[in-house]
Amino acid sequence: MSECLLEVKELCTYFHTEAGEVRAVNGVSFSLEAGKILGIVGESGSGKSVTAYSIMQILAENGRIASGEVLYKGQDVTKFNKSQLKGFRGKVCSIIFQDPMTSLNPVFTIGFQLEEAILLHTGKNKAQARERAIEMLTLVGVNQPDKRVKQYPHELSGGMRQRVMIAMALACEPDVLIADEPTTALDVTIQAQILELMQELQKKLGMAIILVTHDLGVIADMCDEIIVMYGGRVCERGNAEDIFYNPKHEYTKGLLRSIPSIKNAKEKLVPIAGTPINLLNMPKGCAFSSRCDSAMKICLTEMPEEVRLGDTHLASCWVNVKEMMKDGGAKE
Amino acid sequence: MNKPEYLVEVRDLKQHFPIKTGMFSTTPLKAVDGVSFTIKPGETLGLVGESGCGKTTVGRSLLRLYKPTGGQVFFEGEEVTDSNMTALRKKMQMVFQDPYSSLNPRMTVEDIIGEPLDVHKLYRGKKDRREKILNMMELVGLNAEHATRYAHEFSGGQRQRIGIARALAVNPKFIVCDEPVSALDVSIQAQVINMFEELKDKLGVAYLFIAHDLLVVHHIADRIAVMYLGKIVEVASADDLNNAPVHPYTLSLLSAIPIPDPHIAHSRQRIILEGDVPSPMNLPTGCSFRTRCSYATQRCAEECPSLTDRGDGHFVACFNK
Repeated sequence: MSECLLEVKELCTYFHTEAGEVRAVNGVSFSLEAGKILGIVGESGSGKSVTAYSIMQILAENGRIASGEVLYKGQDVTKFNKSQLKGFRGKVCSIIFQDPMTSLNPVFTIGFQLEEAILLHTGKNKAQARERAIEMLTLVGVNQPDKRVKQYPHELSGGMRQRVMIAMALACEPDVLIADEPTTALDVTIQAQILELMQELQKKLGMAIILVTHDLGVIADMCDEIIVMYGGRVCERGNAEDIFYNPKHEYTKGLLRSIPSIKNAKEKLVPIAGTPINLLNMPKGCAFSSRCDSAMKICLTEMPEEVRLGDTHLASCWVNVKEMMKDGGAKE
Repeated sequence: MNKPEYLVEVRDLKQHFPIKTGMFSTTPLKAVDGVSFTIKPGETLGLVGESGCGKTTVGRSLLRLYKPTGGQVFFEGEEVTDSNMTALRKKMQMVFQDPYSSLNPRMTVEDIIGEPLDVHKLYRGKKDRREKILNMMELVGLNAEHATRYAHEFSGGQRQRIGIARALAVNPKFIVCDEPVSALDVSIQAQVINMFEELKDKLGVAYLFIAHDLLVVHHIADRIAVMYLGKIVEVASADDLNNAPVHPYTLSLLSAIPIPDPHIAHSRQRIILEGDVPSPMNLPTGCSFRTRCSYATQRCAEECPSLTDRGDGHFVACFNK
């Protein structure tokens, strides 16, 4: 087995709001091996971004990690002090945000913002840092990098800005790159450029990537392993083959049925009934039970355990448990 | 009198916005620059393109939310480019992209849907008005008890239903749908797309369906027009465009959509376009796409290609393909 780089164990992240405690992430576990791309997919409010922010320890003020561990090479990141975190963020683990328009500081030049990270984490002097900044911009395919370092974010297009963000995240050669909806704000042709770039850099630099997105198409294209989240919980996990061709959780099945595809363009879509879950008012049992066609009595009252269905494939759904019991019963 | 063949016909529509470039100078931003298309009764025309290509402006100019700089719009064979706006908007309506900002937060659902009825005086007495509103709500799958609630009490999908009910209230024959599902979650998108299709079957309305998501457009549209920098570069039936695209831009657009099927995603060849879209204030000479096109020749820089028929209603604007 290859090296396990990052391990998230039973992570629970809660937010305190006036309306009550919002349990955004509710017992999420996964592990990330070096050099792999892990996809986290889910709708808005499923807790996928909060999971990413929890790893980086960049939660909003009213948020806290209530329980669970984030282990990087065996060390618990949640117990890091300020200076340890400084060494962790940017150097070991970097993040790219969704909106390249707002995640760069408008009053500093691109070069300054890139060098800031390099100066902080490496022993380089200013001239060397500038050189490294230009080298990184070249790597991510920004044309005329020596001119760009003197420009301000507003002078660059959205695609260019996202490239700068990627350059910034990779400047200190992190082991783990977290990409939180990196292409959602971009046009399809620019999205294709950025995804291609991320794949290329991943092969070249060998870092592990956590790709957070709602777009199943991006996931299909990029990921080795996939986690499907709903209502702050993992409902299914597996490799691309498992999730796309052999989905076992009712939510994953519904999600795949509800997106139009090239093959069945004129067939009617099968939507998932109802509306996404209200995190303030979580059901006792399975979070998806209120929208699920196959919901049984037990689904409403008890949380399903994660059940292994294959070498890489796990799902938390009572329907699978029932089927397995039926099979077991038949054998006896 | 013969019934006209087309419900909507647009000829050489132009929409230029003056942009201040100095104290006394302005430069036109050519958002839409000579767009022509037709829509038959009950037909859905998909309009796709990247942000900034002018697809939303086409929809807005049609309804005269902007006054077009040039060109003509015909509705049922009659020119409506300069006609009375109230009369025009009884025939065509619009559904907006953002269900959060397109509904007045201080109005109840009943008032929102009732407003077009008030404007066009489409009821006899209060009872009739209420009945019509409740009919509309039922049509789009909203409960009658929701009538007295405010927009903020609804989820994104339900708000979009309110927006659709408002558009349908005057019983239009044509609706411009401007990215109606792109602000919604995947599982909700399918509900709204299905509703658009059901309404089309039930009421026979025609749509101009503007979106950037080609998979969604391919699903809902009969024909698709592809726009790039203010011009239509290719028009074809939905299946034709998907199976046999011709224009280099359409080719790269199709190859760039992420397909939720790992086998297809890994086996196909992506055509990655170089660079960014040029600024619409400083368009390249000739064909606007030539700066990113791998087939571009000298001629592309000198002349602008016009849409030519390649058979079966498949129109392409390209010299080299």
